Amino acid sequence: MAPREIVVRVNGEEYRGSAEPRVTLVDFLRDELGLTGTHVGCEHGVCGACTILMDGRTVRSCLMLAVQAEGHELRTVEGLAPADGPLHPIQEAFSEKHGLQCGFCTPGFLMTVEELLRDDPDPSEETIRSRLSGNICRCTGYQNIVEAVRYAAELTREAAP
Amino acid sequence: MKPPPFEYLAPRSLDEAVAALAEHGDEAKAMAGGQSLVPLLAFRLARPSVIVDLNGVGGLDGARLEGDTLELGALARQRDVERLPGLRQRCPMVVEAIEQIGHVAIRNRGTVGGSLAHADPAAEWTALALALDAECDLVGPSGARTVAAREFLVSTFMTALEPDELLTGLRLRVPNGRTGSCFTELARRHGDFALAGVGALLTLDEGGAVAEARIALIGVAETAVRSPSAERCLVGHPPTAEVVAEAAAAVADDLDPNSDIHASADYRRHVSGVLLRRALETAAARARGGTDGAA
Repeated sequence: MAPREIVVRVNGEEYRGSAEPRVTLVDFLRDELGLTGTHVGCEHGVCGACTILMDGRTVRSCLMLAVQAEGHELRTVEGLAPADGPLHPIQEAFSEKHGLQCGFCTPGFLMTVEELLRDDPDPSEETIRSRLSGNICRCTGYQNIVEAVRYAAELTREAAP
Repeated sequence: MKPPPFEYLAPRSLDEAVAALAEHGDEAKAMAGGQSLVPLLAFRLARPSVIVDLNGVGGLDGARLEGDTLELGALARQRDVERLPGLRQRCPMVVEAIEQIGHVAIRNRGTVGGSLAHADPAAEWTALALALDAECDLVGPSGARTVAAREFLVSTFMTALEPDELLTGLRLRVPNGRTGSCFTELARRHGDFALAGVGALLTLDEGGAVAEARIALIGVAETAVRSPSAERCLVGHPPTAEVVAEAAAAVADDLDPNSDIHASADYRRHVSGVLLRRALETAAARARGGTDGAA
């Protein structure tokens, strides 16, 4: 089917690209817009690596068609911290607490945690584990990720008194 | 894996959507949240030549609790229903069931109508629809009709929907008064489809005996099923530990589950009894405590 023009807002900026209707949002972000921070893992909604925010809510960008994002506000890992500025508190916490090893799953975790901390600025360990259960990490064993989320919550609360 | 090529239509109204389905018939597939359909496309288990995207059709995403009725548009997102004010107090089984659907990112996008129309035998909404006497609103080229959930759910991935019909919404009965409910399921991992799941709702009379019992199970038949045997054990008796145990034992009489790589038929039958006992204990405590609907 013929490609069509798609206009989306990503991290506050307007992007234009073209894609066939069958192209998933994650492939569009990476291949057409060059935003390769969002990773594509399982391509069927199980691993969580491609999690981004659409209109402030997490979505699996492999379970959406790029054409469906037209007119929506997207936020990806590239939008967490300014290119030349300090890390976002969630990134800072993952770095500080070794919440990543190979880093492949990390963008999906970061975006998932962003939504979690907005819903619940002081989540219990049980809440953290439950909310992260849709993101798979094959390196860390999750222990340090959970610690990173707790630390991120602390940093976020300090930053916004 | 990438989806195969298809033509993409994004109707702006229900009439346009129905017309698109009528024109393309079996070749077309309606897409709501896409959380089941996109994986099916990626695996190429579904190869429709036309996708009719319903997300641009306005007015189908409502969710409200009014009187004895939970009224949901087919495009109501799971996460919005999960967080509907007052729903957890009024009918906890609904929220407990939704919490078992995938993960938050899936529920942000997935819809009630999409889940029901997809009709996976382990889909939580199929149990809710049966237990809460859902009336399903369908619309097609020849007009609208309303179908009870027990007729809507035909078999695995099969519903009463004709190829050119759409599910537009449903109404569920959430009784008020001395009522308690609970949903529980067993899955290998959180967010996976259940090996077995149970939704139970009890209404007590003034003397504390069960006036009405509604029990629905998922993952144990071609589609969700009620358990008349277990319900009969409960009605007329106070939900004591003995009565609950009797009902939990009786549920096996109503079930003829399949064996597959995930679990044997015997295991599913056994687990159904265990889950039913737990669900009934919680539902009974809630009914007595009046936290479920007393407000």
